[in-house]
Amino acid sequence: MKRIGDGAATRIGLIALAVILTTLFLVIPLAGIFYQAFAEGMAPFWQNLTSTFTREAIGLTLLIALLTVPVNLIFGIFLAWLVTRFAFPGRRILQTLIDIPFAVSPVVAGLLYLLLYGRTGWLGSLLSEQDVQLMFSWPGMVLVTVFVTCPFVARELIPLMQAQGSAEEEAGVTLGAGGWTLFRRITLPNIRWALVYGVILTNARAIGEFGAVSVVSGSIRGETINLPLQVELLYQDYNTVGAFTSAALLAALAIVTLMIKAVLEWHTHRREKTA
Amino acid sequence: MSVRSTLLRRVIATAALSMALGSTQAFSADRELLNASYDIARELFAELNPQFIEQWQKEHGESVEIKQTHAGSSTQARAILQGLRADVVTFNQVTDVDVLAQKGELIPADWQSRLPNYSSPYYSTMAFLVRKGNPKNIHDWADLAGDDVALVFPNPKTSGNGRYTYLAAWAASNHDNGDDEAATRDYMKKMLGNVEVFDTGGRGATTTFAERGIGDVLITFESEANNIRNQYGTDDYEVVVPPVDIMAEFPVTWVDRNVERNGTEDLVRGYLEYLYSPEAQRTLAQYYYRVNDDEISDEFAERFPQTTLLRIEDAFGSWGNVMQTHFASGGELDQLQRR
Repeated sequence: MKRIGDGAATRIGLIALAVILTTLFLVIPLAGIFYQAFAEGMAPFWQNLTSTFTREAIGLTLLIALLTVPVNLIFGIFLAWLVTRFAFPGRRILQTLIDIPFAVSPVVAGLLYLLLYGRTGWLGSLLSEQDVQLMFSWPGMVLVTVFVTCPFVARELIPLMQAQGSAEEEAGVTLGAGGWTLFRRITLPNIRWALVYGVILTNARAIGEFGAVSVVSGSIRGETINLPLQVELLYQDYNTVGAFTSAALLAALAIVTLMIKAVLEWHTHRREKTA
Repeated sequence: MSVRSTLLRRVIATAALSMALGSTQAFSADRELLNASYDIARELFAELNPQFIEQWQKEHGESVEIKQTHAGSSTQARAILQGLRADVVTFNQVTDVDVLAQKGELIPADWQSRLPNYSSPYYSTMAFLVRKGNPKNIHDWADLAGDDVALVFPNPKTSGNGRYTYLAAWAASNHDNGDDEAATRDYMKKMLGNVEVFDTGGRGATTTFAERGIGDVLITFESEANNIRNQYGTDDYEVVVPPVDIMAEFPVTWVDRNVERNGTEDLVRGYLEYLYSPEAQRTLAQYYYRVNDDEISDEFAERFPQTTLLRIEDAFGSWGNVMQTHFASGGELDQLQRR
């Protein structure tokens, strides 16, 4: 029987199409970012990269990622553990709820937080009496980033932990292991790679998040501007080189992230083969 | 709580920064001031702020850091209502400052009387940016209703810039025909019919006109028109200022509620009063804003053609009235656009 794609012409055609589309939609724009960043030579690139505002933007971007990742790491493990190891009413609803940050547009998430925690918001008015400000400052940006990225770790863990089942842990319990030992000696080693993968995704998203943070940032230069916001700001300032310098920085971070991911995938694959 | 969170913030931010760059946070000023401003004023304040900081340091022996935030001034007003702790606002729309008084009670209703010239240290008017040689011979508002003229300006529904253009055309027409409302409506209908593209904001209209090459006339603030001309080529465009025009104020004020909290009463006063000083007025004039300082005005006279400027309050009563009768749903603008 002849299947679709068996003919040499079809096969070459399809491959060519894939290559052309990839080049058109991925490679050229990516190369374009770096081209634009260096369009006026090395000096303007370096000048933009080392400017105070860019450095502060880098600092804030890293700060947000640094706080978001551990929070969502713990939250994700806890949630996945809960959902896959215990039976309780509302378990399925909880599993659906995890996906809300995926389903909701980040801008909407940002607006919601603004309405909740803004000066006149439900919680915000209480906080503002205590002279605590969350919106238009970096804690607010961390808050919305945590919200937007919270499903990543849990989403990676849940299918794996469901597939693995709880047999090993039950065995551990019969041998007298306590909760912490159980987690450290059995659960954690089993989910290790999925966990790392989830962290990478969380990190990538936390670094690149634009929509939600733009709503709550108040765009104070040198204070609440992270790298993605900096890109937009410089572009509107007619500073194309500056905008693309920051963009190149983000792209470089993304590429590094993808490389780590690829290495891990290759590693996991090899482990599964030998196991 | 506030002290603790600031401390925590410092520690974490410094840690993150030094991790990122191996550097520590450089200098920290005695006091800080946050200026919430409109979109296209970045370069302007980047130039004005260091001048003020230097002067303040000299006169008071205190170092000051001025932080800037820029966005559409309606966006800024909303953010301040929601808790953005701006000490001063420097907007391009009087209505957006009014919002702070009406909706948030953050400033007194009579804020315009706190500083000279209705709290507007500089102003501008609407100008026509035409292509080299002015091929369609555009000199006055009446010329915009000609048969073969294509116009570009932002939508008055969404943009303050567009609103001023609409109101300037209306007021100039009324001025010319002796308040004949029917004739003015006829003129407005033709003029609005000549609009080729209604972009949502000023920057979009600029792109449409200068980069996509659409339309014969771009109508925008005089200051913007001159900056666009410098940006896109002084050989390709000309700026025309009509003989009768509207006064576009750039209102400034301090946000009392935030100022009290931040303890910056004297500082904000000094900052905003500085904008009226000859030094600052010269910088403003260099950015093609009109100023009230006579000496500076004379110095830059050739940049600012003579024109009769009408104030919104005189021509239309009040901003509230304008918004209600002209720009509300089903108002004059909607009816004029119905063909």
